Amino acid sequence: MFTAPEIDYLAFLPLIIVFAGGLVGCLVEGFAGRGQRYAIQLPLTVGTLVLALVALVTVSRDHTGITAAGALVTDDPALVIQGLVLALALTGVMVMGERLGGATPDAFTQAGVSIPGSQEEALATKLGATTTEIFPLTLLSVGGMMLFPAANDLMVMFIALEVLSLPLYVLCGLARRRRLLSQEASLKYFMLGSFSSAFFLFGAVLLYGYAGSMRLDVIADTVATGVGMEGLLAPGILLLSVGLLFKVGAVPFHAWTPDVYQGAPTPVTGFMAACTKVAAFGAMLRIFYVAVEGARLDWQPVLAAVAALSMVVGAVMSIQQTDIKRILAYSSIAHAGFILAGLIALEQTGASSTMFYLMAYGFMTIPAFALVTLVRTAGSEATHITQWSGLAQRSPWLAGAFAFLLLAFAGIPLTSGFTGKFAVFTAAVDGGYWWLAVVGVLASAVTAYIYFKLIMVMYFGDESVGTHVVRPSWLTTFAVVAGLAITLGLGVAPSPLLELAEGAATFLR
Amino acid sequence: MTDFPWMTTLLLVPAVGALVVALLPKGFGRVREVALAFSLVTLALTAVAASNFDIGTAGQLQLQETYSWIPQFGVSFALGMDGIALTMIVLSVILVPICLVAAWDDVPNEGRRQHGYFAWMLLLEAFMVGVFAATDVFLFYVFFEAMLVPVYFLIGRYGGKQRAAAATSFLLYSLLGGLVMLVAVIALYLQGPGGSDGFLLERLTGLEIGGTTEILLFLGFFLAFAIKAPMWPLHTWLPKAASEARPATSVMLVAVLDKVGTFGMIRFCLQLFPEASEWATPVVMVLAVISILFGALLAIGQTDMMRLIAYTSISHFGFIVLGIFAMTTVSQTGSTLYMVNHGFTTAALFLIAGMLIVRNGGSRHIPSYGGWQKVTPLIAGTLLVAGLSGLALPGLNAFVSEFMVIVGTFQRYPAFAVVGASAVILAALYILLWYKKLATGPAPELSAPVTDMSVREKVVVVPLIAAFLVLGFYPKPVIDALEPAVTTTLQTVGITDPAPTADLEGSDR
Repeated sequence: MFTAPEIDYLAFLPLIIVFAGGLVGCLVEGFAGRGQRYAIQLPLTVGTLVLALVALVTVSRDHTGITAAGALVTDDPALVIQGLVLALALTGVMVMGERLGGATPDAFTQAGVSIPGSQEEALATKLGATTTEIFPLTLLSVGGMMLFPAANDLMVMFIALEVLSLPLYVLCGLARRRRLLSQEASLKYFMLGSFSSAFFLFGAVLLYGYAGSMRLDVIADTVATGVGMEGLLAPGILLLSVGLLFKVGAVPFHAWTPDVYQGAPTPVTGFMAACTKVAAFGAMLRIFYVAVEGARLDWQPVLAAVAALSMVVGAVMSIQQTDIKRILAYSSIAHAGFILAGLIALEQTGASSTMFYLMAYGFMTIPAFALVTLVRTAGSEATHITQWSGLAQRSPWLAGAFAFLLLAFAGIPLTSGFTGKFAVFTAAVDGGYWWLAVVGVLASAVTAYIYFKLIMVMYFGDESVGTHVVRPSWLTTFAVVAGLAITLGLGVAPSPLLELAEGAATFLR
Repeated sequence: MTDFPWMTTLLLVPAVGALVVALLPKGFGRVREVALAFSLVTLALTAVAASNFDIGTAGQLQLQETYSWIPQFGVSFALGMDGIALTMIVLSVILVPICLVAAWDDVPNEGRRQHGYFAWMLLLEAFMVGVFAATDVFLFYVFFEAMLVPVYFLIGRYGGKQRAAAATSFLLYSLLGGLVMLVAVIALYLQGPGGSDGFLLERLTGLEIGGTTEILLFLGFFLAFAIKAPMWPLHTWLPKAASEARPATSVMLVAVLDKVGTFGMIRFCLQLFPEASEWATPVVMVLAVISILFGALLAIGQTDMMRLIAYTSISHFGFIVLGIFAMTTVSQTGSTLYMVNHGFTTAALFLIAGMLIVRNGGSRHIPSYGGWQKVTPLIAGTLLVAGLSGLALPGLNAFVSEFMVIVGTFQRYPAFAVVGASAVILAALYILLWYKKLATGPAPELSAPVTDMSVREKVVVVPLIAAFLVLGFYPKPVIDALEPAVTTTLQTVGITDPAPTADLEGSDR
């Protein structure tokens, strides 16, 4: 006998709004004329995200609980992560929509399906084809990201993982310039992403074998009572972790990050770096804090090693890079390590510091990549470090903004980066992992070298290089200014948001 | 008037000044005047604040202000000063306007370069006041790290040919030390009473930590301070930085910023970790004596003027550390007085050397000089006075403090005092040899005529020489402010002077 599960739709109103917006966007692609699509898609996407955010704050907050036959959960951490994904996606979409005076979003190709350098491509360019499918793709991906940390069931989590990943694979291949690099990045991301999904699925199956259910609360109960197929638990957790660690770009599952970050259209890189990380860490929090917390002795040392490796490898590799997007990619690996150091501390400070760091990191990453899109040479982005030489003389505002973000990446006080680092390291020391904090600060010192080298190049370098800075429209300007304001705000007066993160660190199970 | 928030005001005036100067319009002709006005206002306000300071109870923190800042981390925005902090703040705010005048013609008013230099100097002043006034360990750390940014730009943007490397070296050393301290700061909080004001110095003083934990915490703090101070063998960044920076920047760096290291040893290492401090004393004393001799010997062999001054500073910092860790009232009072004296002496040496360098076509190479007392008798003469102050000639400022350090150290560690005192001979060597090579001999053949000291330069030098004489003949007011604070520190450490106490200044004690 099948009884339909009761679903609290209001709890998932934001998610529904986002998916609906994405589907409407698909219809627009099919039915609206070529010339009108951009004018429809951008407001539609922004509107959807804003509406979802409003729904989250006003409606969902009062409908927390486990619903849909235990498959979905709306609790404070899920809402915070979802809200963060929405806010970050909003700024990310602004940067994606940037046209820089052209007729089409500037970073994206007119014809994604065409072979780079082919006649089709030339024709599409000539006809002025617009790329607007990025907007519904982004919305669908955002939907997956919101579902990811709200899943109370490994199967739903897997679906969310795929929903968030597939549009990203496509988005990565749509760069307007350096098409081959972009398509290669897309393929790489797709291949490795599929592998990692398979690992995740495998882990989920093992945990099902262990607990007899995919539901996180059942797994937690089984761990607590200890009556399960003990031999399956640890491998299950570890395989599951592989899938999640891949998404956040932690060592040793980081190899895709630099190539994909470099190849993808820069606005997509920013969006991906910020939002995917938030969503994946959200899911990780749920797995480790809810489902397998009782088996912490099995996974904590492994994750601690992963955190330490991520910090060290990310830091050491970043200092050898000469491409700004790759520098930011390796730095994102190091940052994943910092976040992990907070996450594995467990306790409440672990969850709250992780969420705070995600907030801080997201809002410095998107503007950083947005600024990268503005520095051009001969029409394409100038991402080699030498091409930024002396930028401060030509464009003091851009250099100043980027330098400030770099200070935040380096974790200098009075920026959000410092507050975030302080939060995660405090959690780590508090949780008994003081050696991880020591590794973290040493890695920070190493990464500081490359950040300050970039500042040095911009401020102290000579200016005889052929790059120029294009003037952004209000879209990018908004994203950058908002990011800077939040980065400064979280550094100077982090109290309200820390309170939010601390108050929202209790999981429903 | 005592309820007026003096400390915050002293912090805000230069900070606002920095902002104003940075935002002045591009072609504005009076950037320097505006900056100087702000620094003079700060000086005047400091004088008023100091008049509200009760010297009679200089051992206690006064003019205290405490506001809750980030209660989640236990952080308060807490400022206040005892005699030592007051003296250091007074030293800083006196030196800043002098340095601004000294740097008057150093930076051309093209683009925003001049805006930048003067704005960074004012921001640095704000942070310096903050770092000496902070009575919250976290707040101290914030200023300690934030200070790096203005100094980094002052060296890296406005220095000599190797400035970028010097700035990076300075930054990485300082950041590494600071980050290690960060872990100690976190761990200290977790050792303390915790809560929303758990970082307040008064709540962390007198903790019974003990054992390995205390030693590790002590080392975390001490490493950062030893790098900043700079002590052998962690000094290597200083000669580079001091020689590449503008003379005025070097003054800020060596005369004030490095004092944060020795100040921190007294305020944090001794007060917070008395047992560990005693444990570390033998090693620290040995390192201090090595610093004294090493700095002096290298100064003798130097051919670069700025480096020479930097090495003399390493030697003098050795004396300061020696006096601090000898832990007698006399030696510590001598050390704190030494911090002031060294500030003025080094400032004079750097600035006067800078005047010569400008006149000699930018050459810092000592052998390229010779006979300059015939060309510029006034400059050569004042340099000699500053040099004599540096070698601690009786009647000039440094004599009193050096004597007190040696006498105080002798009370407890005669051997160290004897070895340290031998550096007095070396000091005579490096100063007099330098002066001989530079100023005596036949008049040099100059391609262009050179003028002696200008009015502006006299404005720079006169207050410094006046300070030499006042502090040399009548140091009592300063000692009165310092001694109670030192006594308080030693009480906290729990050490009493060895009997019989040397009777230094007659029977009035």
